[in-house]
Amino acid sequence: MPIIQKPDWAIGENEVTPKSVYLNRRTFMVGVGSAALGATLPSSSLAATGRYANLSRQDMAQGEGVTDQKFATSYNNYYEFGTDKSDPAQTAHSLITSPWTIDVSGACAKVGRFDIEKLIPPSLLEERIYRLRCVEAWSMVIPWVGVPLAKVIEALQPTSNAKYVAFETLADKAQMPGLRKGILNWPYREGLRMDEAMNPLPLLAVGMYGDRLPHQNGAPLRLVVPWKYGFKSIKSIVKIHFQEREPTCTWADTNPREYGFYSNVNPAVDHPRWSQASERRIGEFRRRDTLMFNGYEKQVAHLYAGMNLKKHF
Amino acid sequence: MIAPARRRILILKGFLWLLLSGPTLYLAYYWQALVVTGDPGPMGANPIEYTTRLLGDHALRFLVLTLAVTSVSRLIKKPWIVGARRMVGLFAFAMVVLHMLSYVVLDLYFDWMAIGRDILKRNFITVGLLSFLMLLPLAVTSTKAMVKRVGAKRWQKLHSLIYFINILVVIHYAMMVRGNRIEPLIYMMIVAVLMLERYFHARKTLK
Repeated sequence: MPIIQKPDWAIGENEVTPKSVYLNRRTFMVGVGSAALGATLPSSSLAATGRYANLSRQDMAQGEGVTDQKFATSYNNYYEFGTDKSDPAQTAHSLITSPWTIDVSGACAKVGRFDIEKLIPPSLLEERIYRLRCVEAWSMVIPWVGVPLAKVIEALQPTSNAKYVAFETLADKAQMPGLRKGILNWPYREGLRMDEAMNPLPLLAVGMYGDRLPHQNGAPLRLVVPWKYGFKSIKSIVKIHFQEREPTCTWADTNPREYGFYSNVNPAVDHPRWSQASERRIGEFRRRDTLMFNGYEKQVAHLYAGMNLKKHF
Repeated sequence: MIAPARRRILILKGFLWLLLSGPTLYLAYYWQALVVTGDPGPMGANPIEYTTRLLGDHALRFLVLTLAVTSVSRLIKKPWIVGARRMVGLFAFAMVVLHMLSYVVLDLYFDWMAIGRDILKRNFITVGLLSFLMLLPLAVTSTKAMVKRVGAKRWQKLHSLIYFINILVVIHYAMMVRGNRIEPLIYMMIVAVLMLERYFHARKTLK
């Protein structure tokens, strides 16, 4: 499918809500829609001074307001650095993000070890504003900087035996204090079906908010799959493997009753222990209704046509 | 002039009153700061979740503390500190109520349908609600007048529910956490040790 035509989700910056309107939403009036706790920034006010300042930008959160950067970088699930939300921001400084290589293996022509700069050509970087919905029923809107996963995969030339692509996070006990605890079955692994991976949405991200990824957000390279629960957006990637069988995914492996391979955002399919019908958008007081496929139904629903999403959760 | 016995228990209760009020005062301060300035401060990106969790953590700790008062009084050979036990228990009850309010008001904002669904579906919430319902009669019968009305023997029996409540609350906590966490196990061990102490003491005195 040619990527030349403008996708239906791309809106211009002139459609973004004016900054003054957004800042005046910060009222704590009970009963008034979704009042704000802390700030949400309209995408037009993002700093134009960072490393990735002048990239092409697409707002795929329909102008819902970008989450305050200080929240996005201080409220993280990255168990390799501790299980409290505030832990990664405090302990992830020990992560060494340069030099960084990714081992590509399995059913593809370009097997080998790649420097991150080789795998993610700076000339292909773009900025995309996506919603990210955690399985714990909170969400953010983040302006990611990266390259579409589909483009990276194309360059690696997977063979016809590549039905799935698997990813693995760094698991170095010296750099990651959380590894000493057996909270999850390390190393952290995730995977996608090939057609999911080749969809235009998934991004291999190297930055956010116009600058490099902070350590606690999965530096220097992470996946962003906006229509699935956040734990599928694997951080600090060191391995990419093309394979025939469904990959092992750490949360599904550790607790298969609660976490499945697909983990599509779906308000109609509850987690065994809590409802997925609503979510807390960080920075807002009232909860929001969760959207099917996190609002990306148009782009990805066809991947699951005829599938029982309660069975394949 | 206050008799020394009365004075020392007043000092202990005064000290505990300040200490146990800590978490609530902390939250009250930072919520008012949030409303005024829009900055959640140490409550972080998700202040509602932080609040519910902080209140829950301390409700659990105060409940375990209530259980521990008698055992500690025997350990340090100061039986008079048991005079502070009711206050600790009522603080625990207050934290439980605030924890529930945080969930009902802040988190689900009086969405009774969602709350009803949660109670039925989220088993750990069912367990939590059960603990509260069991704690309620203990709080209601905490006064001297109530002890007289209920009768000492029946009161004693009713208040021995605190053991089961502690177990239920630890289970509530264990069911809620994600991944394999050690904290629920630690609380379980503490409660087990306290219950063992009570058991052996009862055996000794009933011989």
